[in-house]
Amino acid sequence: MTTGTPETAGGVLGELMRGSLDHCVKCTICETQCPFSNATPLFPGPKYVGPQAERFRVAGEPSPDASVDYCSSCGICTQVCPQGVHIAEINTQAKAELRKTTGVPLRDHLLARPTVAGRLGTPVAPLANWTLRNRTLRRIGEATLGLHRSAPMPRFAGRTFQTWARGHAKPAAQRRIAFFHGCGINYYEPRLGEMTVALLERNGFAVEVPKQDCCGLPAQSNGLFDSARGYVKRLVANLVPYAREGVDIVSTSTSCCLMLKREAREILALEDDPDLRLVSDGIYDICEYLLALHGRGELNTDFAPVPETVTYHAPCQQRGHGIGKPALDLLALVPELRVIELDAACCGVAGTYGLKKEKYPISMKVGAELFGQIAAAPPGINACDSETCRWQIQHATGVRSVHPVELLHRAAGLP
Amino acid sequence: MSYDVIVVGTGVAGLAAAVRLAEDGARVLVLAKGIGATHLTGATVDVLGYDPERVEAPGDALGRLVAAQPGHPYARVGAEAVGEALAWLRAQVAASPFAPYAYEGGLERNHLLPTAVGAPKPTAMAPRTMLAGDLRAGGAPICIAGIRRLKDFHPLLCAENIAAATGTEARGVELDLPLTGRADENAQGLARQLEDPVVRGALVQQLANTLRVGERVGLPAVLGLGDPHAVWSDLEHRLGRPVFEIPTLPPSVPGMRLYTILRAALRRAGGRQVIGPEVVGPVAAGARLEGLRVRVGKREEVRRAGHVVLATGGFASGGLQLDSRWRARDAALGLPLAGVPEPGELRFTPRYFEDQPMARAGIAVDDELRPLGADGEPSYENVRVAGASIAGAAPWKEKSGEGISLATGLRAAGLILHATRTAAAPAAGATMEAP
Repeated sequence: MTTGTPETAGGVLGELMRGSLDHCVKCTICETQCPFSNATPLFPGPKYVGPQAERFRVAGEPSPDASVDYCSSCGICTQVCPQGVHIAEINTQAKAELRKTTGVPLRDHLLARPTVAGRLGTPVAPLANWTLRNRTLRRIGEATLGLHRSAPMPRFAGRTFQTWARGHAKPAAQRRIAFFHGCGINYYEPRLGEMTVALLERNGFAVEVPKQDCCGLPAQSNGLFDSARGYVKRLVANLVPYAREGVDIVSTSTSCCLMLKREAREILALEDDPDLRLVSDGIYDICEYLLALHGRGELNTDFAPVPETVTYHAPCQQRGHGIGKPALDLLALVPELRVIELDAACCGVAGTYGLKKEKYPISMKVGAELFGQIAAAPPGINACDSETCRWQIQHATGVRSVHPVELLHRAAGLP
Repeated sequence: MSYDVIVVGTGVAGLAAAVRLAEDGARVLVLAKGIGATHLTGATVDVLGYDPERVEAPGDALGRLVAAQPGHPYARVGAEAVGEALAWLRAQVAASPFAPYAYEGGLERNHLLPTAVGAPKPTAMAPRTMLAGDLRAGGAPICIAGIRRLKDFHPLLCAENIAAATGTEARGVELDLPLTGRADENAQGLARQLEDPVVRGALVQQLANTLRVGERVGLPAVLGLGDPHAVWSDLEHRLGRPVFEIPTLPPSVPGMRLYTILRAALRRAGGRQVIGPEVVGPVAAGARLEGLRVRVGKREEVRRAGHVVLATGGFASGGLQLDSRWRARDAALGLPLAGVPEPGELRFTPRYFEDQPMARAGIAVDDELRPLGADGEPSYENVRVAGASIAGAAPWKEKSGEGISLATGLRAAGLILHATRTAAAPAAGATMEAP
């Protein structure tokens, strides 16, 4: 049995992931659902670059085909495959392998390290935000770095959620819960973190906010697997004490949560990491968790009416959890809130994919169906579980996009 | 979130059951490991094409089959249910966002439609966009037009076989359309491009130069995904003659349309669908299935429901499994299969098109579509089996696949609705007495 190169999954799991390509019957169902191959001829599709091309990839030899770089790693192909082929995992690994020969541009190194940008931008937020919104500087950024001039960039909050959490007095409560908030909340959306804490406290939890860094997903998506593994291990070291004590971990970032639940184990070949397995078993998407509470009759459902219309988009990686759309069931508990479920596949941004100069137009084309559905809906706001997708939706439609927790927080009448 | 019914599988049988249940107010969850067979089949509704000779009147033949083969899935539901199932689907399509895209046909007469290789296939009901391709005697001459980039459709082969098999005058031409994108395109990609009137204009212009008086035009089934009726009727109008679609190799554009239609109906009715998780076993309490063990990513979780419809498909879909030690089971609940040859018995016959001993293997069911255990008794009182998982049919040979899936899927739903109402009646009486 080959053990695989360091970038690809080794050992038995690696063989199972890669070996799953033998289950491919070339039915093309993955290609009918791939948002990216349906938007650009540059990506010939998940079957083509995955189960087919993988047979021609030999350790130590150059990849036969560079088009796998246009895979966004959204994971839809694996979800819809009726034969259990781990297409997205094979393709993400192949992308990393390819980048060992083509090199990784400086831009992708920057995108792969959101905490670096977060730490640099936070103290100088007004300047950083001005820079990111200055058309001339963005044009220079596009020419020099390859970050598309129009790509959606979040606004630095100028403070961190971690700082707020350190100063926040925890109420006395029976149950403890750990909150994995991710970089999005820490540097850009600290208010969402505060709302999550308030909502959990209202339901009798003492919310603990462990020290935390990036989950490694951007590094993984950009083919920097060693760096990604480093991030995963550091984060897991911070979270595992809670998992060991049986304290549940919740996350408002649906993609980062999926990284710890499954992707790091399968794509980064960390299946045998005992600490990651513990965290992976004890972590929940916030809506998944709240709905489970409701199922046990433990959720405070005393919600005030929110007379608004909200369109809801379940991001690709939320769907990757395999838990359905718990946000819909939660929002249905709010009186007078009219929720319209959107059924477009993808917003196109796929984390950092849509920020890149050569990929931004593809990203906008992928998202066109979703943007059209939002535009056609009655005026209101949008709800979506993933931060980068929310920024993309706001950028493309001008419609405010919020995490479902924000609506529950409002309905709960919390400060 | 608790559900009244979990439907396992998202092909025609599973979706039909789920839509019917949801439209009647049941809380329904469709769970499927992946997308089902809709994307792989021609999306015609084959009821009975051969028995064993070619069937002209499927309604009559169905009556004979039900009497002669009591172990056939059609015998479980009866011929009448098949007619109702076709009417149900026609109504669903007529009420879909694709309307006036429509399905036409019934049990009176089979259409005889060409496949991608030009074989005449008897089918009871089909999209209107295919019907001008009927190969029954007396039809107009045919021009089969291929599109060069679609590498899996060969118009000359198709035309030659049509002529040889039916005597209908047929010839093939290849078109070079001004397409964008990759060098070879699949049916889905072409369907999107043909939504562009400019691309259609080029198609019309090239065809108009070659068409002969009185010819009808057969095209691969790529006439649009978002508004197929508009694409098809525009071509008919501009060419001034009948135009028909011929199902292609996967991906099947008409199959994707059918999936979209049923999925939209499910959403409208408030049903839910989750694709990805795999049902790996039962949670049982005696004769009742309490729930399903479901692999969700790296975890195994339990999903509970009052009733379960098992519509996971046959061997090709992975719903049924046969391992290298000749152990046969259904993949989701581990139910035993009937019709599998015993050790020592002949497993395959050397002539491919003969009755293969394995062909009718599947889950044995009673008249209420409940799975039967090895003892011949229902394994679970609240599980119904629908579609290609049921033993006793050879759909590829009979040309009966969609008919069985629709009729058993809808029957499964009807039985559950009936059981729920019967069970609910005394409870309602009790609450009325309470005050």
